[in-house]
Amino acid sequence: MVARSADVVVIGGGLHGCSTALHLALRGLRPILVEKDYAGRHASGVNAGGVRQLARHLAEIPLSIASMALWEKIEDLVGDDCGFVSHGTVLVAENEAELAGFRARVEDLRLKGFTHEELIDRVELKRLVPAVADHCPGGVVSRRDGAADPFRTTQAFRKRAIEKGARVLEGVTVTGLARAGSLWRVETSAGAIEAPKVVNAAGAWADRIAATLGEPVPLEVIAPMLMVTSRLPAFIEPVVILRGRKLSFKQLDNGTVVIGGGHLAVPYRDENRTVIDWTKLATSARTVWELFPAMRAATIVRAWAGIEARMPDDIPVVGPSATSEGVFHQFGFSAHGFQLGPGTGAVMAELVATGATNTPIDGLGIGRFKR
Amino acid sequence: MNAADLAPSYDLAVIGGGPAGLAAASLAARAGLSTVLFDENPGVGGQIYRGITSTPVTDRTILGEDYWAGEALATEAKTSGARIVGGATVWNLDPQRIVGVSIDGKARMIEAKRVIIATGSQERPFPVPGWTLPGVMTAGGAQTALKAQGLLPSGRTVIAGTGPLLWLLAAQILRAGGKIEAIIDTTPRGNWLRALLHLPDFLLSPYAVKGLKLLREVRAKALVVRADRIAAVGTDRLSEVVFGLGDGERRIAADLLLLHQGVVPNVNLAIAAGATHEWNEHQLCFQPVLDLDFGSSVPGIAVAGDGAGIAGGTAAAERGRIAAIAAVRALKPEATVPDPQTVRQRLQREEMGRAFLDWLNRPADRFRQPEGDTVVCRCEEVTAKQVRDMAAMGCEGPNQMKAFLRCGMGPCQGRLCGLTVTELIAKQRDTTPAEVGYYRLRPPVKPITLAELASLPISEAERKAVER
Repeated sequence: MVARSADVVVIGGGLHGCSTALHLALRGLRPILVEKDYAGRHASGVNAGGVRQLARHLAEIPLSIASMALWEKIEDLVGDDCGFVSHGTVLVAENEAELAGFRARVEDLRLKGFTHEELIDRVELKRLVPAVADHCPGGVVSRRDGAADPFRTTQAFRKRAIEKGARVLEGVTVTGLARAGSLWRVETSAGAIEAPKVVNAAGAWADRIAATLGEPVPLEVIAPMLMVTSRLPAFIEPVVILRGRKLSFKQLDNGTVVIGGGHLAVPYRDENRTVIDWTKLATSARTVWELFPAMRAATIVRAWAGIEARMPDDIPVVGPSATSEGVFHQFGFSAHGFQLGPGTGAVMAELVATGATNTPIDGLGIGRFKR
Repeated sequence: MNAADLAPSYDLAVIGGGPAGLAAASLAARAGLSTVLFDENPGVGGQIYRGITSTPVTDRTILGEDYWAGEALATEAKTSGARIVGGATVWNLDPQRIVGVSIDGKARMIEAKRVIIATGSQERPFPVPGWTLPGVMTAGGAQTALKAQGLLPSGRTVIAGTGPLLWLLAAQILRAGGKIEAIIDTTPRGNWLRALLHLPDFLLSPYAVKGLKLLREVRAKALVVRADRIAAVGTDRLSEVVFGLGDGERRIAADLLLLHQGVVPNVNLAIAAGATHEWNEHQLCFQPVLDLDFGSSVPGIAVAGDGAGIAGGTAAAERGRIAAIAAVRALKPEATVPDPQTVRQRLQREEMGRAFLDWLNRPADRFRQPEGDTVVCRCEEVTAKQVRDMAAMGCEGPNQMKAFLRCGMGPCQGRLCGLTVTELIAKQRDTTPAEVGYYRLRPPVKPITLAELASLPISEAERKAVER
């Protein structure tokens, strides 16, 4: 069978893969995106939807800032507002010691030139989040942060990528990846595709691609759990997160409250399945119980988890392969990749098309795992 | 019963106290298994024997001898040594057989070596125009009110649909002195052809004599009309029922419309537990894939009763016994149990005649595959047209549909729209419901309050983390 040809093969139809495909197409390239299920089937479609610059690792702050600029005009980019609303993210301190730690972090960021995190006192915290329990002495706010609808966002990127000339093959599995002269030959369940460039955005399955290139990575398959309540009267605008205990908390426009924070389900990546761990969700419930007394009578109607990848240092792998010229990695977003999707796709497309990017991605290379 | 009084683990957990659950729990407990039975309602009986230990309807002729047959089962279970816990909502069952249950506002997780899901059936969705109006309810709901509280429908009552339960409810209402303006029979005439093939079996079955007697009884006292379309009409609540056959159209003023078009397995718990399900083209529903002992694809989890495929109350009890015998044999091989062959033979007899009823009462396509503005998902108010349009645009399955339209994401967890959404997608994409599949369902299978969840005992690991 004659192989299909493309300028770039993007493996994985999560938000990152779709965003990269779109930005490649915007640069006039012809990418083919290969997705084994459907776009947004896993973590990209079912994450908490937080669009957060707050409390990020230094190495990914430049990507996060680049992304935020795209989020703020997301409708211009993809023709859909993606449900994006910007009411800020508030990191709540539960005691003075925690607040002191936050203060040090905010001051350190300022010295490095980042001003998006802002320390707030008890009064400002109560103004932003009136429902929060009285024992909290303050926190940090990132005012431009917000939240969006994850599945809708991923679909919007997919749709716009197709409109701009990308091909998206869903229900198609990559079965092999090998050099073919000056090209890469990507074997799939729907025939081979040849292209000079390949982007590995395969999420929880990305380690398998990396391994075939001779650069195995210590990727952990995780499935962060979320639960959602029935509809409640509007009582909170910003997304609220904690540091000491695991919690992320936000109310959607329809009144339902999404409760997450990184407690993990048991993932079975080969079966596309996760098993919820209720004892851990009970811990989340207790945290909410203490932090938001008004929530005690709320009803939990669903709980779920999305399969994704976590790296040992909790930051992603973004950049060229260390072994294979023409292949680029974009995976391992470690439970906080949603906000990074639009910007990382733009950076990746720049990297693929020009061989370099102006956005600093030092510290995110795959070489850091080389033994 | 307090949640704290539960043992941390049992040999057998039975979920649901209808005929299958009661029979399973008593057989297992008598054989010596530590057995717990959870039922959502305060008293046992399930839907068919609802309120069997407490019903105010003491005139035995009203609910009929088939109802009172449940009394013996309830007594048998009560004296068996099984721990029977009413008012207990099971909201989680995972493949490791961890059961999450809420009792009186407190949640607990218990372990079971074996689980028998006996959560029975639910009424098939009947999405006709106006079915969400106040004043429209299901026949099953009305029957529950009658059994549990002795409540009769008030106001001008119309019953519409198809299936044995419809006629039974009509008879029970009439016997209790209630009034019915009309019964609108939506059974397609064409069904008779397919059903006739199974007539010989039916005539030999226990259903035949009872069924015909029931039909005669109802027809003698109530107006019965046929229809191939029906709509509930009203502004704030139901004011009339509009129906028709062929070109004709009629209207009846009504305060209450009771809808029913058969029952289907209640699959939510079994799907959430990870059991493989398949499409039953003859009964037009999904059902778990089971072995001869009603064991599901998940080791240690069985599904008995109507949840295993619709066969009725008496068959349900026999199925419960077969599943319980398998549990006893696995956990306590030395115990004495009834000969499963004898039980299987009784079951076979009970299942005879079912095919005739299924084919005869098969709801028409238009009553399962609505069009236009008719609401499909009541919780999120998603219409048939929205689902059809999305399927035409390329949405291949109910899980994607959920993400696009939010259908099936409300508190009922898809119970009222699951089959409709699957059938609409199959229809629109010219494929089969088997191919389209059903919602992926997740625990909590029943909503649980944040307070209940927060009341789960703290795990060892967590306690250590706090103490450190």
